[in-house]
Amino acid sequence: MTERENILSRIRDALRVPARRPLGMTETPLPKPEDHRRVLPKVGPSESDRLSLFASNAEELRARFVVLPAIEALESEMRSMRDAEGWTRVASHRGELTDIACAKLGIPVLLTDGGYDKNDLEACQVGVTECDALIAQTGSVLVSSRSSGGRALTVLPPHHIVLARRSQLVADLPEAMALVRQKHHPNYPSMISIITGPSRTGDIERILVLGAHGPKKLTILLI
Amino acid sequence: MTTAAAKFKKDVRRVTADLRHRRIINTALDGYAVKRDQKKSLFQDWAEARRLAAATKYEAINSLDRCLEQFARGLESRGAKVHWASTGQQACEIIVGILKERNARSVVKSKAMTAEEIHLNEALARAGLDVVETDLGEFIVQLRDEPPYHIVFPAMHLTRGEIQETFRKRLGDAPSDNPEELTMVARRVLRQKYIQADAGITGANFAVADVGLISLTENEGNARLTGALPRTMITLVGIEKVVPRLEDLALFLPMLATVGAGQLISGYNTLYGGPRQPGEPDGPEEYHVVLLDNNRTRLMADAEKRDTLHCIRCGSCLNVCPIFRNIGGHSYGTTYCGPIGAVLTPVLRGLEEWKHLPYASSLCGACTEACPVGIDLHHHLLEHRRAAASAKPSWWQKLAFKLFAPVAASKLLWALVTKSGRLGQKLHPIVLGTRLDPAYVWTRTRDLPPIAKTSFKEWWRRTRS
Repeated sequence: MTERENILSRIRDALRVPARRPLGMTETPLPKPEDHRRVLPKVGPSESDRLSLFASNAEELRARFVVLPAIEALESEMRSMRDAEGWTRVASHRGELTDIACAKLGIPVLLTDGGYDKNDLEACQVGVTECDALIAQTGSVLVSSRSSGGRALTVLPPHHIVLARRSQLVADLPEAMALVRQKHHPNYPSMISIITGPSRTGDIERILVLGAHGPKKLTILLI
Repeated sequence: MTTAAAKFKKDVRRVTADLRHRRIINTALDGYAVKRDQKKSLFQDWAEARRLAAATKYEAINSLDRCLEQFARGLESRGAKVHWASTGQQACEIIVGILKERNARSVVKSKAMTAEEIHLNEALARAGLDVVETDLGEFIVQLRDEPPYHIVFPAMHLTRGEIQETFRKRLGDAPSDNPEELTMVARRVLRQKYIQADAGITGANFAVADVGLISLTENEGNARLTGALPRTMITLVGIEKVVPRLEDLALFLPMLATVGAGQLISGYNTLYGGPRQPGEPDGPEEYHVVLLDNNRTRLMADAEKRDTLHCIRCGSCLNVCPIFRNIGGHSYGTTYCGPIGAVLTPVLRGLEEWKHLPYASSLCGACTEACPVGIDLHHHLLEHRRAAASAKPSWWQKLAFKLFAPVAASKLLWALVTKSGRLGQKLHPIVLGTRLDPAYVWTRTRDLPPIAKTSFKEWWRRTRS
């Protein structure tokens, strides 16, 4: 017998004796998304509720969240960040929004789409990516290896800039999970990540430090 | 007394007397409690959230065979290789084998309690591999050759000064004791390691059955980098980590972060489903998932304790445990410490050797109440005591109960003993603080409460007449 069969048969033997249900429950039906929604933090029904909740969550997480009035404002926003932080090298990937954002920066742009050298990516100060969704309930960004230029682009450069459209702002985690399934099932990207704020640690005396390994800064531009 | 018990007693005596250590732990855990309660209050109904989480894990564990098969199928469909290991040793051999075959030399690793459980780092070192822990807390304790202090906060027992000293000695780089500067030292050192590493090893927080995805929770981004840059990625996952459906994560991710670290959701919650897929620009060429039993099926066979497999390793039972807060994480001498460790270890490593741990509890039930998946922790501690006592009762316990029985059964003897107890306490100060004191074990560290001047019986007789 293989170890797989050994393990499975030990499990099946064990399960012949039923276990008592936890917390005094007499039945344990699997919860539905509505059940989750009833217990999770509340999100208001309107779009402006979602926007203001996302904004306040982002602020608490020390992410920068900017709502741009129109796509035309994207170029100038990027240029002003370039000047303020003195970027010399940017990394990005091909995409409708990223193309516009990087087109007129006037500095070298490393595109990850066709593969890249790890050291080159590490030398970039900024990673500019698109995303699959923004989640109002938690102030999170949903990215994947398919939508956001691979696995490393969203975590290796010290400043991660996320570009999103207004229609991509979802209310809560149940909606985000439903979106992941609907978009990808059963051919999931090899990596899907829910990013919430810049990289952080509290491992030294429980004191918050940003930029432990991943980005020290997270900027979310909503168009 | 077993060797583990003797060591436990010795360590506990030392640590509980260390007031500085207790202050560090209590300050950290009090800060945690404030944040946890603040985040808990954002939930519309925490009690119901717990019931939903407990129900979900109950269903997953009680259909574990089907869940695991489904999980493995999903991963394999995307080209991941799934390995099954009955023991820790097998798991180590599988992982060493994969690395040897690829001529790997350097390995980056993100925090995994299962790896601690099977002593993976030691096995990798024996095979001549260079392994570096990338989670900051784990990195610090690795530099100090210590095991992690806590399931979630591995270096919570250290001050910034001690960490600076460790960095100065081991890395030759520690500009100050400022936490931010120390973190940046680790960042610089580890960035190079990610880029040079041949392989990355991670643990897993959840194994999502219906879609065949691993879910990994972290704050630092070290697991993200471990899974992004090396050519080979290996994930070690205990078979109990399953949740049935992708949708379940909408509940478990925020609950884990809330009770685990006082956050609404952790910084990075990442799903891994395979090696680099067609059209993707990066990621490992190979993805291996090692499913670990290592006595989990033994826990499962005990229907009474099967709910311990619901554990999501959030550490919240440690944080609220009055014993943990006083004896600290290292005293347990086990991979899993605190109440959950005291329940798991006697099953995973033998009741006879580890039966002292279930006694390291006041049975106050704070752990049971804190558990987000409703594990009946303090009752399990009691069950362990029962099993230990009936398997091998100690001679003095047998003697004590033999003497107690006739005393308790006789009105006359009972009155005599309680009266002489009051007399004895009057004479107690003569021997107090010396080895001649029959209550020495107690009085060495505590005051003995005075016996009431009148017994209940005497009081009853007096007030009725």
